[in-house]
Amino acid sequence: MPSSTAFLRAFGAHVPERVVANAEIAAQIGRTPEWIESVSGIRERRWASPEMGVADLAVAAAEDCLSQAGVPASQLGLLMVASGSAPGGFPGPAAAVAERLGLDSTPAFDLPMASAGSLFGMAIAARLAEAHGDVLVVAAEKMSDVLNAGPLDPNTAMLFGDGAGAVLVSSQPGPWRVVDSILHTDGHFRGSLNFDWKSPLHMDGLSVILQASRKLPTVIAEVLERNGVAARDVAAFLLHQANQNLLARVAKSLGADAERVFSNVARYGNTSSASMLIAAAEWSREARRDGSVIFSGFGAGFHWGAVLAHSV
Amino acid sequence: MNDAIRRERLLGVLAKITKQPLPTDSEESLFESGLLDSFALPDLVGALEEEFSIKVPDADLNPRKFDSIARIEAYLAERASA
Repeated sequence: MPSSTAFLRAFGAHVPERVVANAEIAAQIGRTPEWIESVSGIRERRWASPEMGVADLAVAAAEDCLSQAGVPASQLGLLMVASGSAPGGFPGPAAAVAERLGLDSTPAFDLPMASAGSLFGMAIAARLAEAHGDVLVVAAEKMSDVLNAGPLDPNTAMLFGDGAGAVLVSSQPGPWRVVDSILHTDGHFRGSLNFDWKSPLHMDGLSVILQASRKLPTVIAEVLERNGVAARDVAAFLLHQANQNLLARVAKSLGADAERVFSNVARYGNTSSASMLIAAAEWSREARRDGSVIFSGFGAGFHWGAVLAHSV
Repeated sequence: MNDAIRRERLLGVLAKITKQPLPTDSEESLFESGLLDSFALPDLVGALEEEFSIKVPDADLNPRKFDSIARIEAYLAERASA
């Protein structure tokens, strides 16, 4: 479904100050810091303070994004907040984020999705921008609350961090034009990765990695092929930062230069839905790179997809 | 392809991926024995597709189907007879 009327105007991010190094986690799960880094590429992550919640993280990233864009919150036509770690019940964090941004009638809704939430939000925003103008997509996660809801699990405790990212998608011109997007869901494997606040986080790592290893490069190739772009010509791949080994595998499967797959997983761990937008915010503040950009994510559900954008 | 040839080719693929001696018990879990991990499994599936000229559909990407030599053999036999 090609789109030519939506632009990415700016990205924003926020990560908590507290750095949790591998050594702190390793001591609690009976592993070594080196083992954690070897299996994930993660050296440290950020964990928010007890008083900071998903909505607080989201507001900080939203304000950073709006500041980067030079757009006041009052100009927003729509707000989406993705999170898989927001506390249960209703209303979700979107209402609180809207209120904290000073909005009192702008529509705002939640995407209760983990890792692929920001990708889905960005793609949907691009399809709605013509009707809503400036659409702010925020993804915020406090995965430390998820991990600490029960005893630390050696298989998951070292993976996740807290943080938030944001992107302003707009009908008004910005640095990148959204060219196309593809979204997929297959609920057959929803039991492979799930969390409900009543039981500890469950992750069948074998199933998740097996599916992600196949689905991420396939959907990226799908969106590139139907727009006549070769993987080797993509300037940057901004992917969900799940695991360094997975990022490398995706690059290899696509025949892409691994250097073009942006990675900050070593510093922040897997921040679930926030990770792709935190990566995009950091990437966008480095030296400007013209050309095609791929955004892609995969997560619990399974939900996955890809967005292709070109610099303007 | 008869069972003996299939097994010989399967063992060749497994040896290439795991780079370790394979279990003599075909029912032994390749995951629990440490021969396969989450990143070797996608390599194994890709190698099986190449060796046996098949496409493993996403619906079949269930680790349990590839948990032992016996299970992989059963899957390959099922695919051959489909």
